[in-house]
Amino acid sequence: MPKKNHSGDGTAAPIDTWWWLSHKGTTTSFLCISLFALLIRSAVSMFPYSGAGTPPKFGDFEAQRHWMEITTNLPAIDWYRNGTHNDLTYWGLDYPPLTAYQSYIHGLLLRFFNPDSVSLFSSRGHESYIGKLLMRWTVLSSDALIFFPAALFFVLVYHRNRAKSQVAWHIAIILLNPCLILIDHGHFQYNCISLGLTVGAIAAVLCGSEVLTCVFFTLALSHKQMSAYFAPAFFSHLLGKCLRRKNPILSLLKLGIAVIATFVIVWWPYLHSVDDFLMVLSRLAPFERGIYEDYVANFWCTTSILIKWKKLFTTPSLKFMSLAATVLASLPSMVHQIFSPSNEGFLYGLLNSSMAFYLFSFQVHEKSILMPFLAATLLALKIPDHFNHLTYYALFSMFPLLCRDNLLLPYLTLHLLFTLIYHSQLPKTKASSFSFTNFPGYVFLLRTHFVISLVLHVVYLTIQPPQKYPFLFDALIMILCFSYFVMFAIYTNYTQWNFSSHFRSADKEKKQI
Amino acid sequence: MDGDRRHLLLWFFAAATAVKLLLIPSYRSTDFEVHRNWLAITHSLPLSEWYFDETSQWTLDYPPFFAYFERFLSLFARLVDPKIVDLRLGLDYSADSVVYFQRITVIFSDLSLLFGVYRLTRKVEPLRRNLICVLVVWSPGLLMVDHVHFQYNGFLLGWLLLSVSFLQDGRDLIGGFLFAVVLCFKHLFAVAAPVYFVYLLRHYCWAGLATGLRRLVALGSVVVAVFAAAFGPFIYNGQIQQVISRMFPFGRGLCHAYWAPNFWVFYIILDKGLAFTLRKLGFDVQVPSASFTGGLVGDSSPFAVLPQITPLTTFVMVLLAITPCLIKAWKKPQPGLVARWIAYAYTCGFLFGWHVHEKASLHFTIPLAIVAVQSLEDAKHYFLVSIVSCYSLFPLSYEPREYPIKVLLLLLHSMVMWLGFSAQYTDEKGLKEKKEGGESKSKFEIGCVEKSYLMGLVLVEVVSQFLHPYFLGDRYAFMPLMLISTYCAVGIMYSWIWQLRKILT
Repeated sequence: MPKKNHSGDGTAAPIDTWWWLSHKGTTTSFLCISLFALLIRSAVSMFPYSGAGTPPKFGDFEAQRHWMEITTNLPAIDWYRNGTHNDLTYWGLDYPPLTAYQSYIHGLLLRFFNPDSVSLFSSRGHESYIGKLLMRWTVLSSDALIFFPAALFFVLVYHRNRAKSQVAWHIAIILLNPCLILIDHGHFQYNCISLGLTVGAIAAVLCGSEVLTCVFFTLALSHKQMSAYFAPAFFSHLLGKCLRRKNPILSLLKLGIAVIATFVIVWWPYLHSVDDFLMVLSRLAPFERGIYEDYVANFWCTTSILIKWKKLFTTPSLKFMSLAATVLASLPSMVHQIFSPSNEGFLYGLLNSSMAFYLFSFQVHEKSILMPFLAATLLALKIPDHFNHLTYYALFSMFPLLCRDNLLLPYLTLHLLFTLIYHSQLPKTKASSFSFTNFPGYVFLLRTHFVISLVLHVVYLTIQPPQKYPFLFDALIMILCFSYFVMFAIYTNYTQWNFSSHFRSADKEKKQI
Repeated sequence: MDGDRRHLLLWFFAAATAVKLLLIPSYRSTDFEVHRNWLAITHSLPLSEWYFDETSQWTLDYPPFFAYFERFLSLFARLVDPKIVDLRLGLDYSADSVVYFQRITVIFSDLSLLFGVYRLTRKVEPLRRNLICVLVVWSPGLLMVDHVHFQYNGFLLGWLLLSVSFLQDGRDLIGGFLFAVVLCFKHLFAVAAPVYFVYLLRHYCWAGLATGLRRLVALGSVVVAVFAAAFGPFIYNGQIQQVISRMFPFGRGLCHAYWAPNFWVFYIILDKGLAFTLRKLGFDVQVPSASFTGGLVGDSSPFAVLPQITPLTTFVMVLLAITPCLIKAWKKPQPGLVARWIAYAYTCGFLFGWHVHEKASLHFTIPLAIVAVQSLEDAKHYFLVSIVSCYSLFPLSYEPREYPIKVLLLLLHSMVMWLGFSAQYTDEKGLKEKKEGGESKSKFEIGCVEKSYLMGLVLVEVVSQFLHPYFLGDRYAFMPLMLISTYCAVGIMYSWIWQLRKILT
């Protein structure tokens, strides 16, 4: 809450309540907030992980542990290959090689302190106090070493030429990303590494060092193929920038070489033969699992209530349809960036392309909302109201998943924490010409959405679904979140297009003068 | 304006609550079972048996108001899960229901702390008010003791702060009443009773013969009424002897199992050192049979060379230490200095008391927070003493899972204190610079000696946590604890001397 100072001259210059946090500079306040962010992560780590105590398959935690077991005991070429020691049906590796290298390093750590947890075969389903602790500490350290420095890099670059009053708020929003904390430190995953590398790439774009961008983004892609959700934005922005240079072919060549060089270095063990390379690729794109699984709030899953996609079309045709839909959905933002690239537009482009992928892509998981959500946290100062709602619905779309993992209390607490941080210092928004609130029914629609979601929270926890439709409530949650995501996507796409008209009109004014 | 202020206080409380909720699954000490047992005793047994029951080893040893408080909580406990309040079936009960229930009662009871801070900071300017709020509501020691180890200190300290706030406002009768209430919740707070007594006598009752006498009678009757409400039923049942013996179990040793960083640590080390040297020199020195830390057994403290310490000795020493403060209070009773005197009294009680637990450092750390924002020297002193006392609480949560949490809490607290105090003591030029977005220079600087002492804490932690287990394994297991206690005791002794000097000048 901004407070006015009681200066005698009557000019009420607002001194905000949090200036004591940021008066020593951005890096110091970043350090302070990151200590709090690490504290929250350590606390959430005490809660159960996915698949805790549920043999025979367990969950993501067991998958990661198994990958540490495989990578520390077998040579690199066997990691993606079905063999006597590596049964791909039991949590086979399905992320690119950087995940495997990271599992190897963490596996060495685990082997040093607790060899039983990564011994070949006998450690399957291994669950112990020290094993869980070490695994949690690997995620915590990855977060602290990769995501936090990348976030600092981004914040320093983004706020270079802006008023410093909102920096602390923005840092808190980025670091206390509730979805990331719940998935990485609750459910158990390593999204912080690929998202951290992506943030590093984004910061490099804002800095203007494009080679660094290519290196970071290739690394991010080599860690998790889901980083490709951002690929159209990076591609279109860099292409747009290169086309405006004196020698576009040379610039493109430089970037291409950076990408290929990084790629070759990371994928080296698997580039000795085409078969090896294809073997890895086939693990990364498991098309046989179908166009959707469980109840994720994207287009295919939500409309499948009315149109039974899986029954009407074959998998190859569905592959083509989803590819076409995704490309079409991300086309407007790509075209905009190619013709008028700008830093601000790039950030919107990231949001739009990741949202398009989330809504229309093949085999999307609930956890994939992390990608659009990350882009939204970076843009939070520009779209505060919409960001507030997006956080709510992004968390809500993961609610069934978190309930299955017994993470209800962290879910509610992080909701509370986010609300507190969001309202600690409401950012000032410029009144834009286009605002959804101008549409007559929008506010009413949003309010009904909210009320229904509250009811669904309670209903999901207390009432048993009917026998005939055991996933009724999951489906209702999915529909609600999907409708908000669509509204959000329309708004952000429209806003990005508006940039170009501003750009063009500003150009015209310059010419007239 | 007032609404804004209340919103901000609630904001601080809600943020702390979020952290406390996430700490629910953390390590619980035996104190958790102690309180669950008290819920069961007060619920399942009639009043006449509360202080006699021995179904569990964790017998009731707090004054009756706390027992009534547990009785009140047990009403809700029974609704949540009847097994919690079952005397026999509930023994060592650790299901989710009881953990969540008890943890949430502690979180709710912290509202009294919030109310105490609210009342205390009504007339303070915004930055200082926020700082006091941060230092009290977000106190890392309170989080670690109340919400990890498990106790109800926040609740009790809230009542104490409330009493101090009324004294600061000049409303002595209510202040005295509230202090009597606090005493009937936990008798450990009685260490500050001399200060209250002298202050109230001099400030409230020293107003001419008629008014003074009237006020004395009023105060006396209020205090007697409070004690009657608490102990009355037990006096009626003729059980007062048993209640007193439960409240003051002097059968325990001089030091608690994990040595509190107080004066007696030096005494013990000196004794051991002297015994060792004298033995080497050929004198015949008796090896003491029992240990100092006696826990639940043991009567006297076995010192080989130096004179024995009895509970009476410690009582006299505490009284002697508080005396300068009492003299000052008698000569010139000022409402503004009450918090300082009370904090000083608790520091003396901590340093020289019998069977002091390190958790008792909260009793002086929290009142000192009110004083810390009053001047630059106070701020520097508080910076040091709060870090040392928080660090001394580390051995309480010794499991590896809580290690990052307690380290991060301490680091965060230090950083927030540093930022807050720097902001408070930034000069005018610095403020103007800040508006332009530059960095500001602050008068808040830690001295060289203090800085090296705090760096030494890091060294102590590295040695006790990492080097000792790596090189010595399980041998000499008492060494790390001794190291921590001794090192922190130095800091707390320094704080005592500093506070004494500040009071005398």
